Amino acid sequence: MVKIIICVIAYLILAPVIGGLLAGIDRVISARMQGRHGPSVFQPFYDFFKLLEKEPITVNNVQDFYIACFLLFIVVTGFFFFAGMDLLLVIFTLSLASTFLIIAAFSSNSAYPQMGAERELLQMMAYEPMVLITAIGFYLYSGSFNVADIIHNSKMSFPYMIGIFAGFLFILTIKMRKSPFDLSMSHHAHQELVAGLKTEFSGKTLAMVEIAHWYENIFLLGFVFLFFANGTIAGTVIGIVVCLVTYFFETFIDNNFARMKWNVALNSSWLVAITLGMINIVVLYFM
Amino acid sequence: MSYVTKSPWVIHYDGSSCNGCDIEVLACLTPMYDVERFGIINTGNPKHADIFLVTGSVNEQNKAVVKQIYDQMPEPKVVVAIGICANNGGIFRECYNIMGGVDTVIPVDVYVPGCAARPEAIIDGVVKGLGVLAEKRAAMDNKSAAPAAAEPKAEENTETEGKEEA
Ligand code: SF4
Repeated sequence: MVKIIICVIAYLILAPVIGGLLAGIDRVISARMQGRHGPSVFQPFYDFFKLLEKEPITVNNVQDFYIACFLLFIVVTGFFFFAGMDLLLVIFTLSLASTFLIIAAFSSNSAYPQMGAERELLQMMAYEPMVLITAIGFYLYSGSFNVADIIHNSKMSFPYMIGIFAGFLFILTIKMRKSPFDLSMSHHAHQELVAGLKTEFSGKTLAMVEIAHWYENIFLLGFVFLFFANGTIAGTVIGIVVCLVTYFFETFIDNNFARMKWNVALNSSWLVAITLGMINIVVLYFM
Repeated sequence: MSYVTKSPWVIHYDGSSCNGCDIEVLACLTPMYDVERFGIINTGNPKHADIFLVTGSVNEQNKAVVKQIYDQMPEPKVVVAIGICANNGGIFRECYNIMGGVDTVIPVDVYVPGCAARPEAIIDGVVKGLGVLAEKRAAMDNKSAAPAAAEPKAEENTETEGKEEA
């Protein structure tokens, strides 16, 4: 019990710190890959605090409410996850959070956010099947949907779930808003359609979106960690190292691929889910 | 301490110009000058921007656009007029449709001269704008009405001109 409380409190406090730092490292690495010097690693924090200092401008108050709900449910998602609760509950809460973001964008009645919201919906359609398959995979392997049970399973699940892991990496690109699948909202200095979702958010509202993104990234890396955890120190170390490598890999992909159209994102992620994910599920089932 | 100076996001608008200054502004974003070192990001969205970079002069067609972009930016905000066209109309000054520099429509905080303004000069201008930004932020803390004082004047300006048009 004490362990769970520590885990949850550590997540609530450390996730934005580590998430922000990872975002900063991402920006520095991206800059180096493009032959630039790049900003300081603390730049995301400067951006965040600056946004808090700006004059609040909002299209309608309900938008801020939705964004606050988005942040809240992203935090709750991570909370459930790091408290070792049911994986399905985690996934449904995550979907609920994303829904609030989409409603917030729609509520402004402005053209670009509407486009962004539609694209975000398509992205959700693209990644949801694979996320569900991942949860089912964990269930088939460890006999439980509970994160705590999966972590304490003495055998590492990765060797048996390579296909699912690869599929999950694929949709991680969508979830982390990296090119080639950053259709609705990119964290780079893009404009118009590509930053569509957040067009009408400014100041504190945008700051909330940013911090939610950091929470979400840490939670997603937690998912990656789950593939390697086996209750031992060695498993934990391997898991953390793989999380960092995954993050670097996503940055690398981000800088090396051009953005693709939504149909490519949808088709390819469903194809990956059906082939890699389903075949792996079938193998696990008969094992 | 104010964070506005550490993360100035810019929005760039090009009015009636030869596109010379326009290209120089974009040159600042290239690896050669890399303004992201200072946390500067080029956003396409006035609602996210802190610094408004205007190149080129203002004409009857684009004055409403310039005004609207300025109005949509949340305080504290700074306007930097880049190139002699944006400062006072420059080479286009005598044209029948040109109103003059950017300051005929919105209040300008920093003037960067040059034809075309060099990237170094533009970066200098933005850095100078950061000082103004910090001042405006401090003024916001002291009295929230203070930084908005310059606006009503500009509004009157366009309004009367609007009537003339009609
Ligand atoms: S100042 Fe000179 S270079 Fe710049 S837009 Fe005007 S004419 Fe072109």
